[in-house]
Amino acid sequence: MGGNGIDTLPVDYSDIQGIVRFGYGPLTEACFLLLDIRDAPAARSWLSTAPVATAVELAEPPKTALQVAFTREGLQALGVADDVIAGFSDEFLSGMSGQESRSRSLGDIGANSPQYWRWGGAGKVPHVLVMLYAQPGRLEAWRQTIQAAPWDAAFEVLDCLPTSNLFGAEPFGFKDGVSQPTLDWKRQRAPHGDQLEYGNLLTLGEFLLGYPNEYGKYTHRPLLGSDTPASSVLPFAEDASDKRDLGRNGAYIVVRQLQQDVRGFWRFLDRQADSDPQARQALAESLVGRRANGDPLLPISAQPIEGIYPKNAEQNQFVYDSDSDGVRCPFGAHIRRANPRNADLPPGSTGLFRRLLHTLGFGNPKLRDDVVASTRFHRLLRRGREYGPALTAQEAVADLPETGEHGIHFICIVANILRQFEFVQNAWVMGTKFDAMTEESDPLLGNREAVPGCPFTNTFSIPQQAGLPIRILDVPQFVTVRGGAYFFLPSLSALRYLTAPGARPHGIPSSSNDQDNQPEQTPPALN
Amino acid sequence: MILATIDSEREPELRRLLASMNREPGSLDPLNSLVPFPRLERLHFARFVILDDKTLNDIKVYGLPRVDYPTYLAFLGDVDGPADAFLIELAKVAGDGLRRIFSHCKEYQPEVDLRGWLKTQSVSPGANYINWVGRTVLQVGQEETLRRSIESFIQKNSPSLRAMSPPEVRNTLQQFVAAERQAGRITLTPDEPTPLGWQLRNILNLVGLPVLVLIFLPLLLLYLPFFLIQLRRRERSDPQIAPRVSPAHADLLASLEDHDVTNQFSAMGSLKPGMFRRVTITIVLAVIDYTARHIFNRGRLARVSTIHFARWVFLDRGRRVIFLSNYDGSLEGYMDDFINKVSFGLNVVFSNGIGYPRTNWLLCDGAKDEQTFKDFLRRHQLPTQIWYNAHPGLTALDRKRNSLIRDGLEQTSMPNSEIEEWLRLF
Repeated sequence: MGGNGIDTLPVDYSDIQGIVRFGYGPLTEACFLLLDIRDAPAARSWLSTAPVATAVELAEPPKTALQVAFTREGLQALGVADDVIAGFSDEFLSGMSGQESRSRSLGDIGANSPQYWRWGGAGKVPHVLVMLYAQPGRLEAWRQTIQAAPWDAAFEVLDCLPTSNLFGAEPFGFKDGVSQPTLDWKRQRAPHGDQLEYGNLLTLGEFLLGYPNEYGKYTHRPLLGSDTPASSVLPFAEDASDKRDLGRNGAYIVVRQLQQDVRGFWRFLDRQADSDPQARQALAESLVGRRANGDPLLPISAQPIEGIYPKNAEQNQFVYDSDSDGVRCPFGAHIRRANPRNADLPPGSTGLFRRLLHTLGFGNPKLRDDVVASTRFHRLLRRGREYGPALTAQEAVADLPETGEHGIHFICIVANILRQFEFVQNAWVMGTKFDAMTEESDPLLGNREAVPGCPFTNTFSIPQQAGLPIRILDVPQFVTVRGGAYFFLPSLSALRYLTAPGARPHGIPSSSNDQDNQPEQTPPALN
Repeated sequence: MILATIDSEREPELRRLLASMNREPGSLDPLNSLVPFPRLERLHFARFVILDDKTLNDIKVYGLPRVDYPTYLAFLGDVDGPADAFLIELAKVAGDGLRRIFSHCKEYQPEVDLRGWLKTQSVSPGANYINWVGRTVLQVGQEETLRRSIESFIQKNSPSLRAMSPPEVRNTLQQFVAAERQAGRITLTPDEPTPLGWQLRNILNLVGLPVLVLIFLPLLLLYLPFFLIQLRRRERSDPQIAPRVSPAHADLLASLEDHDVTNQFSAMGSLKPGMFRRVTITIVLAVIDYTARHIFNRGRLARVSTIHFARWVFLDRGRRVIFLSNYDGSLEGYMDDFINKVSFGLNVVFSNGIGYPRTNWLLCDGAKDEQTFKDFLRRHQLPTQIWYNAHPGLTALDRKRNSLIRDGLEQTSMPNSEIEEWLRLF
């Protein structure tokens, strides 16, 4: 079943929601609607005709786009059978805020606790996420179009998460979304054994259900017996040919509303830098791990990296092997935590002998050698959008009146929430012990909460070539979680299944639907 | 490890009693009235775990009847020095509490001397791993105090230190530590000499296994083809049993985890029936024990640097095995380390257990079937009722760094490049 191009089917873009393939960058206006289902039949009816944008590349760029996703609560409210829902992953079923242990591991404690969230906490988990994108000036009209009957009967709008166009920067002023994994749409990647180089090309199965992942395996997802009512709209599973695959061409989408204290960030750095704007900027760059324009802090490597295209090489063709002391980019810098860019084996594992040596754990005597998990199993496809007005560093430190809230709707797409999003969040970003460090947390995202035996986690160290690192103390919390949830982003055919009247546990038997054996022939949705 | 059979009628009572030692599930109250763990000065980690195997039906896939093994209570401590000395201390410090706990067990005899009783209930492990052989509880604590003192000295004197050359900085830190030791604020107890008896036994062990292997090498080589044939036949037919765990089981396990940067892991399962698997795992564990003792005794078990202590123990005359460990990070990261760094090591041991994901030539595949392996492991994982860590908040790498800091202070001379590297440890 490997992606060797012989026994694999080509990807059907028309079955995949567009957000997996496109960031909809030119559609600079966006809003994310959080909905509860008021009336299931009405909701199904609206969803079954909703013009959901697909991953098909259109001749003309779209002017607007619509995407939909559901929480576990939402699938229940739609009336999807419990045994079907039980096929989704534990994390999705339990939800982002559903368990204390999950909140602990995500760092959602203290000020980040779900009890303070505006949405997504206990009793406030939305059913449906509707993502609307539009070219400048078109969003309101697009929203009106979308909210046509039976919208009002179907949904109650709990919240509308607004976004703003900061021209590619996040609210602290740094270019955002520079590094993204490249998806193997052609299905040619079949990883076998340990990968000796960091690569940016990843199997589809890391981001879409129903395809082999980086382990060459199919991630768990709901597979339905082919006699399940209404399931004939679904494709057969590649790894179980007698089962219908509800997950295929779908994914999980993680949404977190992160409020950013832009003033607090720049004012803290300003104090540290004795109000020298250049030193302040340099310090901020150390925390982030990139320059404001997105350039990395270390020179790009001579060798190309698989999956990084020339147009993106200037900012992404680098690994940290040449910076094993963290002198150029601190170990704790945000981007070094979020994507350590390492391979499966430590550097220099070439040749049979050295490879065997490293596999057995020899030949890496230094404290930090080979302590960070292999990156390729922990990548996120990010699709976040900023909100709130722009505020420069200069304005942030000046004594100006408040201009409102700033932040980012962090959004990522993964096939395995636990191994990808939760791992990165827990072990790398929130981890106070990441890469053999101590008493630190992510300089941007850390909640600065104490851990047992470790009273403070609010430092940031900047290693120096000639000895003692510079350690910044008492770094405040800059980012606070305001909401969040795990959603299932269905494929177009899964959406048809979920909204089909026959899919209800006690619904109308759908004998006529069973004749339909061509789920792959879906026409692309129109924009 | 102390092992005793729980009186099944009194099991609920025992569970309540154990629960009373916790502030909340997964978080021990160190001041609990039963076992005051912090008073046991040579104890690194400890746990009480009820060995309640929920997978006993699995044997039926081989057409064999379920065996209703008793439910045991296990007490495990990772200690410095000889186990005997620890049992004496344990009986002295926690005698009443232990009697109350073990009185729920069938073998318990109130009239017998507790230390002697604990000794009769002791079971030795099939294999034992220690992250850093010889680093004591006392040393871990002293070296953390040392690091913190130096760290705060550095913060207070940052501008002046920054103006110095690396050797000058090291010199200044050495003087600071010397003064602190003089004032009694820092204590660095020198290593106690390794007891001669231990050294002799260790040398005997070091030589013993290779000698045994050499003696039996011709026989082993002769047997190898047959072994491989037997192995391949089994690998092709052994069934996999790794359904997703129930949400209730998953929630219970999760509620006990991530209260500290270090976590406990307890798991148990039955070996596949027949002598082949039992002999294989016995030999494999002997090899692991040997390499852990003589090779992987300085901070890493192969590539894994997050395990403090780990133990494999045979139960029920070799028919079942438990695996108990203390590791850094979350369970997901721990399992990823297993899969991505030492899957061969996992496979060679655990593939002898019923239901393990299919292996290839004993070393390959198996754990590489990521989700199946994780489901298998979590299905066999046991809730650890009571868990104690003498030094919460200190990962194995923290402990290593602190020892490196101390080494760098105590060395008489150091080349410049090493001084720079040493200073980067702070």
